[in-house]
Amino acid sequence: MVLLTERDRLRQSLAELAERYGKQRSSLLPILQEIQRQHYHISDYAMQVVADLLGIHPVEVFAVVSFYSFLDFKPKGRFIIRVCRTMCCHMQGKDRVARQLETDLGIGFGETTPDGRFTLEWANCIGMCDLGPALLVNDRVYTQVTPNEVHHIIEECRKVFGVHATQGQEV
Amino acid sequence: MIKSFVQKKLTFREIDPEKGLRAAMDLSPEAVIDCISDSGLKGRGGAGFPTGAKWKFCRAAKGEQKYVVCNADEGEPGTFKDRVILTRFPHLVFAGMTIAARAVGATRGIVYLRGEYTYLLGGLKKALQERRDDGRLGPAVLGGDQEFDIEIRMGSGAYVCGEETALIESLEGHRGESRNRPPFTADTGMNADPTVVNNVETFAWAACILDKGPDWFRVVGTDHSVGFKLFSVSGDIDRPGVYELPLGTTVQELLEAVGGENAKAVVIGGAAGRCVGQGEFDRKVCYEDVPTGGAVIVFGPGRDMLEVAENFLEFMCEESCGQCTPCRVGNPKLLECVRMLKDGNCSASYLREIVALGESIHAASKCGLGQSSGNVFLSIVEHFREEIMGRAVGSV
Amino acid sequence: MADKIQVDGGKTRAPKSMRRSRPEVHLDTEHPVTVTIDGLETEVPFGTTILEAARKQGVKIPTLCFHEDLCVAGVCRVCLVEVTGHSILHAACAYPITEPIEIFTNTPRVRRARSHMIDLLLSEHLGECYSCWRNNNCELQKLAQEYGVRRYRFGHVSERSEPVDRSSYSVTRDMDKCVLCRRCVRTCIDLQEVGVLEALYRGHDTKIGTFLDKPLGEVVCINCGQCINRCPTGALRARDPVEEIWTAIDDPTKHVVMQTAPSPRAGLGECFELEPGTPVTRQLNTALRRCGFDRVFDTNFTADLTIIEEGTELILRLYKALVEKDASAALPQFTSCSPGWVKYLEHFYPDFIPNLSSAKSPQQMFGSLIKTFYAEKNGIDPKDIVSVALMPCTAKKYECNRPEMCDSGYKDVDYGLTTREMGRMIHQAGIDLPSMPDSDFDDPFGTATGSGVIFGATGGVMEAALRTVLELVTGKLVENFYDHCDITPIRGFEGVRLAEITIDEVGPVPEIIAHLVPDWNWLKGATLKVGVAHGTANAKLVLEDIKAGGPFSECHFIEFMACPGGCLGGGGQPIPTSPEIRKKRAEAIYAEDAGSKVRKSHENPAVLGVYEQFLTDGPCGEVSHRLLHTHYTERGKYIV
Repeated sequence: MVLLTERDRLRQSLAELAERYGKQRSSLLPILQEIQRQHYHISDYAMQVVADLLGIHPVEVFAVVSFYSFLDFKPKGRFIIRVCRTMCCHMQGKDRVARQLETDLGIGFGETTPDGRFTLEWANCIGMCDLGPALLVNDRVYTQVTPNEVHHIIEECRKVFGVHATQGQEV
Repeated sequence: MIKSFVQKKLTFREIDPEKGLRAAMDLSPEAVIDCISDSGLKGRGGAGFPTGAKWKFCRAAKGEQKYVVCNADEGEPGTFKDRVILTRFPHLVFAGMTIAARAVGATRGIVYLRGEYTYLLGGLKKALQERRDDGRLGPAVLGGDQEFDIEIRMGSGAYVCGEETALIESLEGHRGESRNRPPFTADTGMNADPTVVNNVETFAWAACILDKGPDWFRVVGTDHSVGFKLFSVSGDIDRPGVYELPLGTTVQELLEAVGGENAKAVVIGGAAGRCVGQGEFDRKVCYEDVPTGGAVIVFGPGRDMLEVAENFLEFMCEESCGQCTPCRVGNPKLLECVRMLKDGNCSASYLREIVALGESIHAASKCGLGQSSGNVFLSIVEHFREEIMGRAVGSV
Repeated sequence: MADKIQVDGGKTRAPKSMRRSRPEVHLDTEHPVTVTIDGLETEVPFGTTILEAARKQGVKIPTLCFHEDLCVAGVCRVCLVEVTGHSILHAACAYPITEPIEIFTNTPRVRRARSHMIDLLLSEHLGECYSCWRNNNCELQKLAQEYGVRRYRFGHVSERSEPVDRSSYSVTRDMDKCVLCRRCVRTCIDLQEVGVLEALYRGHDTKIGTFLDKPLGEVVCINCGQCINRCPTGALRARDPVEEIWTAIDDPTKHVVMQTAPSPRAGLGECFELEPGTPVTRQLNTALRRCGFDRVFDTNFTADLTIIEEGTELILRLYKALVEKDASAALPQFTSCSPGWVKYLEHFYPDFIPNLSSAKSPQQMFGSLIKTFYAEKNGIDPKDIVSVALMPCTAKKYECNRPEMCDSGYKDVDYGLTTREMGRMIHQAGIDLPSMPDSDFDDPFGTATGSGVIFGATGGVMEAALRTVLELVTGKLVENFYDHCDITPIRGFEGVRLAEITIDEVGPVPEIIAHLVPDWNWLKGATLKVGVAHGTANAKLVLEDIKAGGPFSECHFIEFMACPGGCLGGGGQPIPTSPEIRKKRAEAIYAEDAGSKVRKSHENPAVLGVYEQFLTDGPCGEVSHRLLHTHYTERGKYIV
């Protein structure tokens, strides 16, 4: 019997990623994006393993992760909701959508729900200026969002967790 | 499906992307470059560098491997036309990239797609596969001697990566920090190899020009800005969306086309652009007058211009790469000044100092982001002095 | 004796840091370009930067992020100039001249923009100049003065936003004083390739930090202090023991002894406005006594001892490998006197720990001897001894705090003091160092040799070792092979060097090690291969070469120094540093060697005396192993 720790497993999967994208520095972003996609953040340990695999320093990986808005080194929710706050969406009423999100999720911007399901963040212009207010839920774009629609968007996400998977307090 | 309004009459709808590609493959690389140079096409991303000249430099540069990079990191607030092009006319863009590859002798193409547009990835990959399947990409494009393939690389949420050297840094796995120039990317770009970086729209127009010829393109425009250009128009107007207009169109004409006649101000060029007030609506949108990558944001009579300046400066403070002093430290000073103005406690002499600082930020910054970061603020201070001075606390 | 020394130059990395991904226009001396600077026309090679071209013309352009040792960053934007026809200004340090251009360095627009840059930097800099250790030696302060800053136009920071990071034994970081010039980043990643510091986050939140923004004491920092030497402000400094040392001096019950290493003596003059490379060894002895140190010893004494111990260890390893055919003898043997290098190896190449000589560094050997041999001989209770080491090094502060460095039963060395801190102590004591009369070191460790002195320069340990080994093995004088026993081919600043010496003839085994090897016949005809590397980027190169089975894997002995130039370029040396300054310090060191009465470690009568009186079972014997040798820790590079 082989005992694999969480770290062993992570190391293995990262080694496979490095194999797939290549071990040159230019593979760093694709690898980090893939880790982010799978784990919703890039852990301290993962950054060190990636650095090792690509032959660079962990601080360089951290510098890159901390640079890009869509890469996180702190654990984030299963769904990251990013509300565009740039001028066009602002003019089209992003504040009310944002307020409703805060109320429905019970968290402020920059926070994650205690059950680890939702993170609420601001985004700079997401390119939907003609169709504001707009927001991103992970990769998915929602345009012309009204405060009333916020509830449906959240419910749609919750379906992923199933009816019985609900843990902790529903907000 | 994101449904943006798109003007009915659109050149891209009428063009068969493959005709331009075939024409290019039958021409010598030099002839392709001449065709683009003759057309007068300039970069549609905003900087307006002559495309033909860029390709020529890259062709002449020594390097085993050359790259064609499509800048699809459309991050400028107020612009979304590249999204529309990539959604509706991906083949036009890929054909344009292949034509560029032919012209400069590149074998590798990269589309740097902003992370916010991840939802487009599936469609783009499918289009690329179609092209590979029927030989429009691959070891022998259209059965000829040109090898070329395109991969898509994703951005991760950084506006500055729309700056071409920052984009290359990002592709190479670094922080998106702009490089010193010279050397220029056409000579020393991706992996220090010669690299052509062009905007999505530029490639699309290149494909059109190869099909219709350089003279077709030149029929509209001004002396230094020829051809049509796509505009992303949003804000206080009746019909936000994508419009195709000739370069040299006046702001007033543009406003009429989009239903924004009662505008008080227009920001052209996004957060890096400038604010045009009513008195200047006769100015022309073109490289030599009011340049833009296509972003047009219209503000109605009720809008507070300080709020506009504040929003864009907040954007710049966050999206600056943080590398050079003027952009990293200067922009927060401008932002602070806007907030002082909002509170009515910015003295006229301090405002004068800050305007001078804004000019230094423009002159001293390392890359285009920093150089243009204060533009909106400076033009608002210039045109809306009466509106922004002497506010009472809490009057907004 | 046939000897062949080759310098392998092709692989060298240092001293100029490079970043391959940030391409630069390469200098092409074949093609001159015409350039006009402030109306004066001149020709420069294609690719010359505006800054270099202006300097050649005697035009001074202010700089901040630019540093001679480092690759160009072009981020502070202080060196702005105007180029005719260009709408924006250019950073002179980052703009290579590739076509004829006309440059103006002193226009109203340039002056205004430069002063704006300085104003902006000052607006975010905790400007507490009086209490700052860089007061009067701060590049930002100097710029502010030159540009006539009379008020803080865009605000001023007077309150701390984050505490000073004092977690490291060697380097403290005060990020409120950081101006983000990124010299430390380029030093750490490009020049030294240690990779502890990088720019983190972005925009206005950008800061310089470590992995996970952890305190320096918790990351893989090797304490080399090269970042301090290049920091333009007071953001980085060495951990300062000066007050504690004064307290010890002022305490009549304490017996405060000082040992001084060779490099500070070649650098300290710079703290007193002397030209770099002005040796102050004997004036310093006087100054130290006037400061109140009870005894002043010469670290070169234990450098000589190191040669005997480390040399014997090498002979034992060679014997084990060549005669006994025992594969466990780890070769090549690596020197262990540079604590930055030792920690680098422990973190990044722990597999090579067996190759490290177990001999302590001269500083630590001295520490052990002072609190045992010296204490006993002079009837002083070792608990009353405070042992201070004047070093060019910040890593020495960490080294003396290693838990294993207590073989005397006490902390062997209490304080590592840098050259800069020494300068300040002397200033505080009101002593004008240059006008001090000469005086000698104290006995019983008063005699040292030229071999000990050259430990301060890259290649010095190897040269000292070769002087001794050649004589011990061949029984002939080194002077027979090298004039004045200057083994010059091993000298210089080439990043890595490789040398081979074939031993054609052997002599009798000298008495001091006669009990360890029966004869030298096994070395007859052997080719001794040695290597030298300085700067950890070069150390890394050599280690990778060994791993790949390259020429360095065939070496028997390799000298490694963490700092570019060796100890004379150490992180505790006076600021600024440059290739030119390091060269002058090296000249001072080699001059002191040339002027020494005794040039070879094994001829040092005081060293032989210690073996007779104290280390009676000889080099690498039981006593010596207990007091003069140490062990290492596999640290690895993972910190979480």
